[in-house]
Amino acid sequence: MKPLVPVSTGARIILGAGFFVMFVAVWGAATWSGWVPPLFLASPDRTLAAGWSLLTEFGFAGDIAITIFRVVGGFLIAAAIGVPLGLMMGAFKPIEAFFEPFVSFARYLPASAFIPLLILWAGVGEAQKLSVIFIGSFFQVVIMVALIAGGTRMDLVEAAYTLGARSRGILRRVIIPSAAPQVMETLRLVLGWAWTYVIVAELIGATSGIGHMIMDSQRLLDTGQMIFGIVVIGLIGLITDFLFKALNRALFPWASL
Amino acid sequence: MSRKTLRIAGVTRSFPGRGKAGPTLALQPTDLTVQPGEFVAILGPSGCGKSTLLRIVAGLDRPTAGAVTLDGVAVTAPGPDRGMVFQSYTLFPWLTVAQNIRFGLEERGLPLAEQAAIADRFIARTGLRGFENHWPRQLSGGMQQRCALARALANDPEILLLDEPFGALDHQTRELMQELLLEIWEADRKTVLFVTHDIDEAIFLANRVVVMSARPGRIKADVAVPLSYPRDWTMKTTPDFATLKARLMGEIRDEVRKAAMA
Repeated sequence: MKPLVPVSTGARIILGAGFFVMFVAVWGAATWSGWVPPLFLASPDRTLAAGWSLLTEFGFAGDIAITIFRVVGGFLIAAAIGVPLGLMMGAFKPIEAFFEPFVSFARYLPASAFIPLLILWAGVGEAQKLSVIFIGSFFQVVIMVALIAGGTRMDLVEAAYTLGARSRGILRRVIIPSAAPQVMETLRLVLGWAWTYVIVAELIGATSGIGHMIMDSQRLLDTGQMIFGIVVIGLIGLITDFLFKALNRALFPWASL
Repeated sequence: MSRKTLRIAGVTRSFPGRGKAGPTLALQPTDLTVQPGEFVAILGPSGCGKSTLLRIVAGLDRPTAGAVTLDGVAVTAPGPDRGMVFQSYTLFPWLTVAQNIRFGLEERGLPLAEQAAIADRFIARTGLRGFENHWPRQLSGGMQQRCALARALANDPEILLLDEPFGALDHQTRELMQELLLEIWEADRKTVLFVTHDIDEAIFLANRVVVMSARPGRIKADVAVPLSYPRDWTMKTTPDFATLKARLMGEIRDEVRKAAMA
């Protein structure tokens, strides 16, 4: 191995898959040998079996769907408001001066700490779940998008001015396209965080969703179901990450040159 | 063909100091009149304020005192009548070569067919045929600057402002670019203000060389280049060229030394 020397695609796939195999092997060795009792950790096959029964007997697919709906819903609302606001803040310094101090403060407010308040205000329905995701994602999106837009290369802005662009043109034809790939990258990261908020939201005052299932399983001491739920979240995260990356490559072919 | 006269009158620029330091004077009161169709090279050591002067003409920087006028109309902001090519690569990386060249035309709202026709003409003139749909990052430095030149020219500016446009290129590419620029200027006779610290480049291209002093910059000499157009590279070996080069080297050596000591 030499520093920073790239690895071939084939080797990358083998190495990446290798760790998963090793992980399951260690997990299997620890549980099948009886070293860790099933009360604390179910074996890989027990976990799969628990997952199968969850899906076939207990309608777990519905829980997965409702959780995805909450994450994506809250995230989309946060992005739909946060991205334009962040772009305006990055582009226009008075707007940034107005919002930035509050947003910087608000983004340190832990979304999970709002859950009791939100239950009081919005009940235990979907509005409360979406609000948790929104609070957790919105301020992060705003501050990061503002930073990206504010970092637009000044020489490109000046070139656009000498070509006859005005404020509107600078925003629409320079700042936005130059920020777009990084904004998408930010959204990919924030979507990952949104997944952690939704589970917390579902652990308290929920009657459906992956988080709710995990809470229920704890009461029954069914570690297989709990682990299966966690693995499902990981898999969905992996898939959305992959889709986001593919979308970025398709939308911004110039950025990866 | 340019028709407007550029007047730089008493233009001064100082930058505010930081902390206890006083303001820094970058440009002493400078006067310069450029007739339509002139090719003026502004020659000076680095940090002499020549780029500052160019940026003020472009409207990207404001003078602390004095004014720039184009046919009597004050320059207060950047505009498409003063096209600019920068030393750094400033093509928009998210636009293809053809889209970059059309940027200013689109901003003006020209019909698409006309945009395409104009872009096509400048693609041909700058030798970018076959690269219309390439992204800037797929081009060499020389090609990127050719595209930047085409982008500025497509707007049909009254004045072309060139801020060491070939400064980042290797020597051979640089000479080819100089010939391309000459060819374009000889055909169009647009007013050109060309900032450089390369004496050969200044003489080879311009019909007038303005030498600037070390910081704070002022115009130290204003020298006509009595060499006829069309010019080609063989001119660089003629006695007239050498005589002029010797004179300008004398002018600039003192300034470079002062700048180095400062």
